Amino acid sequence: MQIRLSSFVKKEILHIFRDKRTMLVAILIPVTLILLFGFTVSTDINNIDFAVCAPHRSEAVARGVDKLSFSPYFTFRGYIPQNDIDRTLRTGKASAVLVFAQDYAESGKMQVVVDGADVNAAATSAAYVGNVLQDSGAAQALFEMHVLYNPELRSSYNFIPGILGMILLLICTMMTSVSIVREKETGTMEVLLVSPVKPLYIIISKMVPYLILGAIDLALILVMARFVLGVPLSGGVGGIILVSLVYIVLSLALGLMVSNIAGSQIVALLLSAMVMMLPVLFFSGLLFPVENLPWVFRWISYVIPARWYIDAMRKMMIEGMALSGVFLEVGILVAEMLALIAASTKRFNDRLE
Amino acid sequence: MEGSLKYLLQKEFIQFRRNKFLPRLIFFFPVVVMLIAPIVANMDVKGVKVAFVDYDGSSLSGKMVSHLDASEYFKVALASPNYEKAYELLEDGKVDVIVTVPAHFEAGIIGGTKPKIKVDANGVNATKGMLGSRYVMASLAGTLQEAAAGMGMGLSSENNLSVCYFYNPTQDYRRFMAPGFILLLVMLVCCFIPALNLVLEKEKGTIEQINVTPVTTFEFTLSKLIPYWIIGLVVLTEGILTIGLIYGLWPAGSWGALYLAAVLFSLAMSGFGVAIAGGSDTMQQCIFVLFFFVMIFMLMSGLFTPVGSMPSWAQKVTYAFPPRHFIDILRSVYLKGTTMAELWVSYLALGILAVLFCSLSALTYKKRG
Amino acid sequence: MPEAITVHNLTKKFGDFTAVDAISFSVGKGEIFGFLGANGAGKTTAMRMLCGLSYPTSGGGSVAGWDIVRDGEQIKRHIGYMSQRFSLYEDLTVFENMRLYGGIYGMGKADIAKRSAELLEKVSFSAHRDSLVGALPLGWKQKLAFLVATMHSPEIVFLDEPTGGVDPITRRQVWDMIRGAAADGTTIFVTTHYMDEAAWCDRVCIMVDGKIKAMDVPEKLLEAFRAKDMNEVFVKLCR
Repeated sequence: MQIRLSSFVKKEILHIFRDKRTMLVAILIPVTLILLFGFTVSTDINNIDFAVCAPHRSEAVARGVDKLSFSPYFTFRGYIPQNDIDRTLRTGKASAVLVFAQDYAESGKMQVVVDGADVNAAATSAAYVGNVLQDSGAAQALFEMHVLYNPELRSSYNFIPGILGMILLLICTMMTSVSIVREKETGTMEVLLVSPVKPLYIIISKMVPYLILGAIDLALILVMARFVLGVPLSGGVGGIILVSLVYIVLSLALGLMVSNIAGSQIVALLLSAMVMMLPVLFFSGLLFPVENLPWVFRWISYVIPARWYIDAMRKMMIEGMALSGVFLEVGILVAEMLALIAASTKRFNDRLE
Repeated sequence: MEGSLKYLLQKEFIQFRRNKFLPRLIFFFPVVVMLIAPIVANMDVKGVKVAFVDYDGSSLSGKMVSHLDASEYFKVALASPNYEKAYELLEDGKVDVIVTVPAHFEAGIIGGTKPKIKVDANGVNATKGMLGSRYVMASLAGTLQEAAAGMGMGLSSENNLSVCYFYNPTQDYRRFMAPGFILLLVMLVCCFIPALNLVLEKEKGTIEQINVTPVTTFEFTLSKLIPYWIIGLVVLTEGILTIGLIYGLWPAGSWGALYLAAVLFSLAMSGFGVAIAGGSDTMQQCIFVLFFFVMIFMLMSGLFTPVGSMPSWAQKVTYAFPPRHFIDILRSVYLKGTTMAELWVSYLALGILAVLFCSLSALTYKKRG
Repeated sequence: MPEAITVHNLTKKFGDFTAVDAISFSVGKGEIFGFLGANGAGKTTAMRMLCGLSYPTSGGGSVAGWDIVRDGEQIKRHIGYMSQRFSLYEDLTVFENMRLYGGIYGMGKADIAKRSAELLEKVSFSAHRDSLVGALPLGWKQKLAFLVATMHSPEIVFLDEPTGGVDPITRRQVWDMIRGAAADGTTIFVTTHYMDEAAWCDRVCIMVDGKIKAMDVPEKLLEAFRAKDMNEVFVKLCR
């Protein structure tokens, strides 16, 4: 029986590894994601195009404008009349318009009209302007403001756990379920089931290549995180790998579950995408902070395994906590893993009859 | 032969109708997503982590820190007279803002020497750091004014710098993200489903029977795309209606502008999807390759993070991504009321990409191997 | 009389594997031409080149007067095809499949209605006109595939293992349909690995490892190899 299982496993591995395109992409996805998050995606504003509306262009106004233009973060786009403000912002000629009051020289009153369509940029733009133009305003004057611009790379730390969670979900759940359902669809599953090998072993053999792929991607991401992005991984790589393995097995069981329900490949795919990836995207804290969720969704997030995995990874990879510090998360993951394995194998065996 | 397209389209629609899963998915899913997504996508600044470094230890500074702590917007992570420790925490990302009250602060206020409170903001996380610092300062200023009034002093409370947000006065994050989710939905429907549909025919072998007929690549590709262009427009309408009815957000600009953009965008993305499908042999390959490109498109398109934040080489690359232009148009039209004419660059880009990708799709699908 | 199909040194290689090795033959109009051989002998590969589904590595020929290398798309207007693997739409009904392919080949609405009714009646299948194809048993699927292939009354019909995996009665029925089509003047090019079906062909050729090892009228082959049936001929050839 052992020999037979290993030959099935070998067949499945060959299946996947011979598919050069899939292999290539399976490697490229994590690499690209890391590069993207590390070097291109960010919320830092590098440049704000601003226009100025000043009915009375006094010395003070000119000084204010100069101060801003001098900053590398601002580009001066010209003086505009009051009725042009809407058009300027609407067409994107500028994303902020500084309106200096008639008596600016004396009162220092001014207004920043910001293009509020891009909420991220708007708030930050307003804040930048405020920082540069720290002028009078008594209460304000009591503050000395410094903004610490850390090297770009640091913000990417926060995304790595999320990337890991997503990728493993993609490979281990989505692709596994599609692969198993494919076998069902083409009828070759029946052939396998007729063989003397226990059906469960057939399923396991189907999951092994994705486990290997998941492990490869895990290794890739960890290596890149450490050496390209400089993530400290101070919590101990061993712990990180262990927790990730639990998550991988969990995701595989989830894939099996999906394949039990789905009748065709497209359905398996869409089910995985909708029921798995989108909730993970929304509720796990990957992109949007969990603390902002209304309580209904927060309860949902407690159930989603990815949420615990990402939490654990954040703590271990970035905050440097050891395995002992993430007992809660790991415990929940292990419990969910066992439950899923039990449920999906039972479901699978039931369906056979 | 000429006229095959009619029969092929007929077949596509029959198959779609008979499919138990797909129609329901396509028509209910957008509504569900539109209901949930904007609620979830909330990046309001709450829970700003503040380190309060108090070298003064006066009742004034004590009031400042307790006011901060009481607010739901702030979490005082550390209150200790040790700047180095606070700085470490900020570097590690555990603290977003450091407030440092110098020694003899209270005395200085009373004596009129205008001592300064140092506020360090973690600029890396722009929202929490930058915005957070302004909220902190506003809170502290408020405390100071109160205290000053209590001490019989006048502290001018003029806030000389006012900020006005055009186009989204409440800075409601949902208004910002909602159009983006429309994009996601249209893309799912117009890009993934036709592509997978095509690969499925390849896997099942039905495509061989088609390849042996006089049906041209053009006709066959069109028959795969047209139904989903139509469905894409339906999804768009659903999205607009849902957002309008549930969130009260209606397009400030013309609906026509939105529909034209959606048409061009569907053309481009479906062409792209079919191009990938034409070159794929299995669903798995197709899914992986599509996911790879779509992921890059999405992350760099400005949906989640501003295009302006990317290095300039990356910004140039995004001109080749249909989602980038569609998001520009969607947000501008929805929130700012920008006209088609004012957005002609984006429309042109979408048009060019549509032609490009559709041509590509005709090239990768080979009737003869 | 111009031949329906002529082939000259037709070759197909996949890397260093030669699937079809410089075969040459011709098929007359209205003939039932059998392409026999074991699985993997190259029959399907050869047929796919003739149907415009794949490009020859070298060599050439013509089908219905059109060059198989240059005019593949023209050829497709004049032929019908039944693939080895069932390739009709399982989520469409019997009639919907017939209508689709009839329409693709340029038949008018009235023609399609008439012809499909005729064909279904001939095989006593009219009751299943609106059944989903996916629900049909294999034997009926094969027969339906043949009907669709001949729906537009093409000059030549290519059949790849039309009787694969069906019961003997269905096999007989399919061959009745084939002979009926031939009687109407359609040229039939059929591949099979059932040697006994050779008896129903006008001429057969036997492929072994990509080469044509024997080609003639069945009776003459039996004589030449002193065999009592084609099975024996085949076995003797393979030695």
